[in-house]
Amino acid sequence: MTYLRSTFRHPALPKNELGYSVDYYEGSLSTLCAGCGHDSINAAIVEACWQMNIEPHKVAKLSGIGCSSKSPAYFLSNSHGFNSVHGRMPSVATGANLANRDLIYFGVSGDGDTASIGMGQAVHVVRRNLNMVYLVMNNGCYGLTKGQDSATADVGSKSKSGSVNLFEAIDLASLAIELGATFVAQSFSGDKEQLVPLLKAAMHHKGFALLNVISPCVTFNNNPGSTKSYDYVREHIEATSTVDFVPISREILASYEAGSVKDLTMHDGTTIHLHKLEKNWDPLDRFSAINAMQRAKQKGEILTGLLYLDENSQDLHELINTTYRPLNKLGEAELCPGSEALAKLNASLR
Amino acid sequence: MTSIKINDFVVRFANVNGTGSASANALFTKAVFRMGVPVTPKNIFPSNIQGLPTWYEVRVSEKGYLGRREGVDLMVAVNPQSMKKDYADVRSGGYFVYDNTKPLRPGYDREDIKHLGIPMTALCNAEYTDARQRQLFKNVVYIGALATLFDIEFAVLEGLIGDQFKGKEKLIEPNIKALNIGVNYVKDNFEFPLPLRVERRDLLGDKILYGGNSACALGAIYAGATVAAWYPITPSTSVVDAFAKYASKYRVDPETGKNNYAIVQAEDELAAIGMVMGASWNGARAFTATSGPGVSLMNEFLGLGYFAEVPTVLIDVQRTGPSTGMPTRTQQSDILLAAYASHGDTKHPLLFPSTPKECFEMTVDAFDLTERLQTPVIVMTDLDLGMNDHVTDPIVWDDSRVYDRGKFLTSEELDQIGTDKLMSLASDMTARSNGNSKDEMAALINELDGQANSDHSTTAPLEQFKGKYGRYLDIDNDGIPYRTIPGTHATHGAFVTRGSSRDEYAVYTEDGDAYRRNVDRLSRKWDTAKELVPRPEFYQDADRSNNGVIFFGTSTDSALEALELLDADGIDLDAMRPRAFPFGKAFRDFVDSHERIFVIEQNRDAQFRSLMMIELGTDASKLVSVLNYDGMPITADNIHRQVKSYFQKQ
Repeated sequence: MTYLRSTFRHPALPKNELGYSVDYYEGSLSTLCAGCGHDSINAAIVEACWQMNIEPHKVAKLSGIGCSSKSPAYFLSNSHGFNSVHGRMPSVATGANLANRDLIYFGVSGDGDTASIGMGQAVHVVRRNLNMVYLVMNNGCYGLTKGQDSATADVGSKSKSGSVNLFEAIDLASLAIELGATFVAQSFSGDKEQLVPLLKAAMHHKGFALLNVISPCVTFNNNPGSTKSYDYVREHIEATSTVDFVPISREILASYEAGSVKDLTMHDGTTIHLHKLEKNWDPLDRFSAINAMQRAKQKGEILTGLLYLDENSQDLHELINTTYRPLNKLGEAELCPGSEALAKLNASLR
Repeated sequence: MTSIKINDFVVRFANVNGTGSASANALFTKAVFRMGVPVTPKNIFPSNIQGLPTWYEVRVSEKGYLGRREGVDLMVAVNPQSMKKDYADVRSGGYFVYDNTKPLRPGYDREDIKHLGIPMTALCNAEYTDARQRQLFKNVVYIGALATLFDIEFAVLEGLIGDQFKGKEKLIEPNIKALNIGVNYVKDNFEFPLPLRVERRDLLGDKILYGGNSACALGAIYAGATVAAWYPITPSTSVVDAFAKYASKYRVDPETGKNNYAIVQAEDELAAIGMVMGASWNGARAFTATSGPGVSLMNEFLGLGYFAEVPTVLIDVQRTGPSTGMPTRTQQSDILLAAYASHGDTKHPLLFPSTPKECFEMTVDAFDLTERLQTPVIVMTDLDLGMNDHVTDPIVWDDSRVYDRGKFLTSEELDQIGTDKLMSLASDMTARSNGNSKDEMAALINELDGQANSDHSTTAPLEQFKGKYGRYLDIDNDGIPYRTIPGTHATHGAFVTRGSSRDEYAVYTEDGDAYRRNVDRLSRKWDTAKELVPRPEFYQDADRSNNGVIFFGTSTDSALEALELLDADGIDLDAMRPRAFPFGKAFRDFVDSHERIFVIEQNRDAQFRSLMMIELGTDASKLVSVLNYDGMPITADNIHRQVKSYFQKQ
């Protein structure tokens, strides 16, 4: 981490449609280790929000506990944040979303926070198809307690101290698809070009969007023999596609080779252009997505990109038929039945 | 010659659960109620769905005693499994009503009670062909028989059946027929009515028969709760069931058909309260309901709620612990757990309703208090209050009541802070605080506190922010800071809510002084809470005795009855019913002005007494425990016995 950050910004920094330059989307100074993958992801979030002309106060940032969960302080300082308890971000996000369906909910979690202590809540928030971005900064270890293996560490992966992980890894992306997730993507903290459009698409998705991002821990899990080190991930990453996210207002048709481009339409009319690199895989087909991931796993590869999308996703609010207006905007007049209703009720209890 | 007891007896129904007895037994209670006579039913049921013994006990009391009473005057014994014990439980001079389709086994030969055999099975088998109907109507048959034995007006029962099956009229006739089978059997075979009788009175006025769980749910509706998250657990499940029922009635937009509420059945209690905190943080009113095991799981979030200052309403319908304990029996045994839930220095306001009417009122109050105080508030009810019907005053609502949403800043107010003339001073301050100078920061905070002290009566204290919103600044010197709701303002008022220490501007810090300032402010807030929570109720205009008695929640009815019994023995006690924790001045004064205080509570360890010792430093020798912890609601006789024996030993 650094203690100093220059407040100087180039006066000619480009502005987005709201008139904000990218620095308006930054957060406070990061306290993560220099070179931490998480900081690259934070930078991608800032970039994506700036490009998408998001009003920061229309975003709520939520997290649990751990290195990853400190991140919400490091982007979007004009957004409210809630750094909750370990593994419980999904429930807090669920309540927040129920209270106000009009905000964008950005959940940040880690592999310990999601795949171990928070597994119970993580699987249920997927089932409910809560309209949120659920970003896992996945480094295969517990950073804040100095490098213990997490449940996403691969069998045989070697820790900094030389111990070898004995247990099966939990594959969050496959699991999410299994549980009915409606948007599942995987990426690498070092691949901003892929990460930014994925973040944008995830934010536009109406429903639960999992972004499982391999984000190496430079301090405790970047050693030879680790399958979550920068070197290993760079060598074994297999992009399924290149991704362009196209906002509805200014669609530009990129010229892809016929047959290799797939356009996915989001609920709000925006489009994702997928330039497919992986054969035998259809991002709209749950089974083919799972198959592709299993094949990659066999080869020791990490598939990245948008792996699965359900274009007909219905989020929790639609499923439980809540009113279109945010519940936190309803006033006393709409909520309180008043004294008249009580006369009837009392009479029925005699 | 037996004397005739009018409106003063106890009936117990011994049934097998899952046989449809509950609704028939409730019919009996309601019939007594409609005869204008005070009545108290208690469900004594197993943690089971079908096949185990279950009892329903009804006390009829002309004098209006609403607590449980010991001794059974008439037993309706239709469960062979428990019959031996049921038989033994009948008071001398009482009645034993049983199904004599088959003769009683040897051993049922008490001479001090009367045996009334009614061939319920045979009568139903002759009348109905469907097995389920034979089973269900057996219950209705004995209600008809009891009505005749107790001289309850048949028209009252007819009226109740009519109300119960409104919309399903074809069920009325077979039910009336079943009642008549019982009526006619009694008329043909016994002398009736018995010397135990229900006589029409007008003792109930406009009172209602209502359960605490339904009342809490109704309170949540009236208080404007829009988000309910919960995990099923006896005895709190029916709180959310009732909320769902009321919400579907009162909260569906007539034009769109959309719900002005959201209910989520969570994966566990941890998630349930997490959802409540997320929703409350985001400006909605939200609640959850659970029982002891759920509160244990919620400890983690309750600590967060206390430290991060997130409103939360939790309804704890207490049951018998520890661990799984007796899930379907009552107790007041979560007092200490709830008061100090979670690690570190934490405490939480508790409310202690004693009637369904108070369940309604205190649930409404809980929503105002949790937002006013920005801390979790726990409504401490119990199985007896929640799952039994009680005679209670009608629920009322004052249409001029306005929700107290507490201190939060609107977009306009944030603008005003931002453009304040003192802005320059503030930016100076921010610059200095960013410079990490502890002394300077402390000096600035003192400066702010000083200003608050000198002028804390102002209604618009925005200038005291000095141009910069600080989530944890104690502007009003009452320990309660100003919050902002996400999405309020584009450039002002955003902050990160966290369970880690932070300074007055919500910036993470591990500075010891900043931490201490924060937790000291939480103590000031606690002091503010003492006078905001509902005051105790006193049962005398002025102190009359050196001896006092304290009781709360469901001990109240029996305690008040016991006071009359003790009075007859010449034992005079001043009584106080605390309605909330923390304890305010009135509570302390009562404790200080009495030499000896009996503390009646329903747990083994005298938890409320401990709470008094911890919070007020009360001398242990001054506090005499009166305890009941067998899972059954406390009785007046029990209290009477314990207090009397204390004085006899002295």
